[in-house]
Amino acid sequence: MQITVLLLVLVGLTAAGYYMGRASAVRAVGGRIAALHSVPAYYGVYVALWAGLPAFLLFLVWGASENWIVMQMVLGALPQNMTDGSEQSLSLLKADILNIAAGISTGREPDPVVLAAAERYNMLRALGDWMLLAIGSALAVAGLSYARGRIAPDLRARNLVERVINVFLVGCSLVAILTTAGIVLSLVFEAMRFFTVYPIFDFLFGLQWSPQTAIRADQVGSSGSFGAVPLFAGTLLITLIAMLVAVPVGLMSAIYMSEYAPPRVRATMKPVLEILAGIPTVVYGFFAALTMAPFVRRLGESMGMSVSSESALAAGFVMGIMIIPFVSSLSDDVINSVPQSLRDGSYGLGATRSETIRQVVLPAALPGIVAAVMLAISRAIGETMIVTMAAGLAANLTANPLQAVTTVTTQIATLLVGDQEFDSPKTLSAFGLGLVLFVVTLSLNMIALRVVQKYREKYD
Amino acid sequence: MSIQTRTHVKAAEATNPQAAAAPAAKMVARDVKVFYGAKQALKGINIDILENKVLALIGPSGCGKSTFLRCLNRMNDTIDNCRVEGLISLDGEDVYGRRIDAVQLRARVGMVFQKPNPFPKSIYDNIVYGPRIHGLASHRDEMDEIVETSLKRAGLWNEVKDRLREPGTGLSGGQQQRLCIARAIAVSPEVILMDEPCSALDPIATAHIEELIDELRENYTIVIVTHNMQQAARVSQKTAFFHLGDMVECDDTEEIFTNPRDERTQGYITGRYG
Ligand SMILES: Nc1ncnc2c1ncn2[C@@H]1O[C@H](COP(=O)(O)OP(=O)(O)O)[C@@H](O)[C@H]1O
Ligand SMILES: [Mg+2]
Repeated sequence: MQITVLLLVLVGLTAAGYYMGRASAVRAVGGRIAALHSVPAYYGVYVALWAGLPAFLLFLVWGASENWIVMQMVLGALPQNMTDGSEQSLSLLKADILNIAAGISTGREPDPVVLAAAERYNMLRALGDWMLLAIGSALAVAGLSYARGRIAPDLRARNLVERVINVFLVGCSLVAILTTAGIVLSLVFEAMRFFTVYPIFDFLFGLQWSPQTAIRADQVGSSGSFGAVPLFAGTLLITLIAMLVAVPVGLMSAIYMSEYAPPRVRATMKPVLEILAGIPTVVYGFFAALTMAPFVRRLGESMGMSVSSESALAAGFVMGIMIIPFVSSLSDDVINSVPQSLRDGSYGLGATRSETIRQVVLPAALPGIVAAVMLAISRAIGETMIVTMAAGLAANLTANPLQAVTTVTTQIATLLVGDQEFDSPKTLSAFGLGLVLFVVTLSLNMIALRVVQKYREKYD
Repeated sequence: MSIQTRTHVKAAEATNPQAAAAPAAKMVARDVKVFYGAKQALKGINIDILENKVLALIGPSGCGKSTFLRCLNRMNDTIDNCRVEGLISLDGEDVYGRRIDAVQLRARVGMVFQKPNPFPKSIYDNIVYGPRIHGLASHRDEMDEIVETSLKRAGLWNEVKDRLREPGTGLSGGQQQRLCIARAIAVSPEVILMDEPCSALDPIATAHIEELIDELRENYTIVIVTHNMQQAARVSQKTAFFHLGDMVECDDTEEIFTNPRDERTQGYITGRYG
């Protein structure tokens, strides 16, 4: 309630600050706007920022620390013997206080001391909110009047405002970067934990993958074996099959679209191909599992081969179809960016269209096409759903596309589905796999981006 | 190699009755009209292009010089909505007729573009690109010879003979343009079309190319589009002035520059507009 009021007050003061700042800037020069250092609107924004920003920052800091401060005050007032216990009993106590304060029944008859603490907690919070409202509003008014007082024709309002905007933009990009860094770090640390339980060498080069471990000490079960080679091999096999489908088809359709298709055909074909890219992978997954896999099996049987009902071929084929638009769309862009002057040069020498495409356009576009293929590969390696549904979970070490294989991503998904103990090697091995996956796709993407960059430089 | 082809062509010409009627005209344009969709870019052009002479096309931007040039080797075929009417003949043969294929025609009528456009291949491969697709050379020695003669004719041999394997795109602008000329020469064309070949070059590279054009005239018929009056005066024997899709006048270069008959021509060459 108080917080809503505070936010409304801030919005109001900010808006008022804008108009006041603008008006007093104009007044300061008697209407001769050219005499101002910046356009009047900048003075408005300047005052508005002073009115809104400090109070808003206070609000953020307060919001982040209020619960903690209030809890410390409440705990400090409790008898020593209650707060002296172990860390666990302390957090239990805190949870009780919070629950009662929020009016949630804990199921037990509450201890009167705890009850009193909860009341105190609520009281302190309400007080805090009122204080926040008072201080925040005061801060906003103070900022507003300070900034208004500073307005003068030679105040460099634009530069100041732009500096604030700059900081804001840097902050936004930091969010993305820090999140990524956080994810990578947690991945690395969890993987390290795994490697202390299970040697990294055995993980990377072991041929046996059977992650079932005993959950309770008295249970019978295997001790788990985490040799990831079958997973890497399975991933490679499926990716290879997918690429064998996606690269030729994608590239040919890109060539058709960019070099042969009349503009009207191209205008319909490109969006249609891009719809293919918009189909959720789960849909591809059940297409693979329910249509493709039985089809492959029947086909194999009619030719006298034994095909397992979940085959690398079915999964890889469907994955290839999924990736076609990726390859074709990127390659189409690359081929289109080959300068027309090169084609003209070739036609001018009496080359036919196909000679021009084969000997001039494709070689010129090759780096870009390679980059597109690499991005497609990293997409294929990271794809999970299709493989989970169509290729199975059996970690066979085989190069036979008619057998069931499994991939890194599928295993990660299955390892973490369901109830897990977060420090068992089984769970931790998922982070090991994740780290490998991350390193591989990251390097593929980086190489691809470098190649594309080089290629861009050549023609701009 | 290229010399042989040329004498062969000349023999054919001598026995061709039509060519005999207009002995010096290598190419003839009669009432050529070009439309881009509904828009008419050329309104009936008549020009004789004389053998072993340089014809300069001048005129303000957008008057249709490039369009006309591109009719001569049917490069306009590559533009979707472009339509050409009228007659254009090479050695008395209709270039838009049944008997000539656009691809063959372009081997006989080569083209050099405004912006140097070497292929992203080695210097050597740039030169042999044309001969290879036309099957003019199959052996290594033949190709080496074509590369050497073409580069020599284009005046580039001494500068690049030690780095034939390096990419053509690594040369300077002027060198790239001469490479493109050498590339065009390598298929031994009879006519070479140049569309503002010096507009992207510095004065020294330009002087180089102008000299080259003068030498090439001995073996080839040349049509050059230029915005530079001095250049037209220096390199050409005939000049045609285009204006708004019309060919206003075409005469000896000296006549055009000293004694233009049309006042639009006079206005343009004295710099009153354009
Ligand atoms: N590809 C094209 N599509 C439509 N109009 C064109 C095209 N190329 C040229 N034109 C038009 O034809 C006219 C002549 O152009 P162009 O031959 O390039 O002139 P110039 O080379 O003399 O500057 C111009 O008005 C131009 O806008
Ligand atoms: Mg032009």
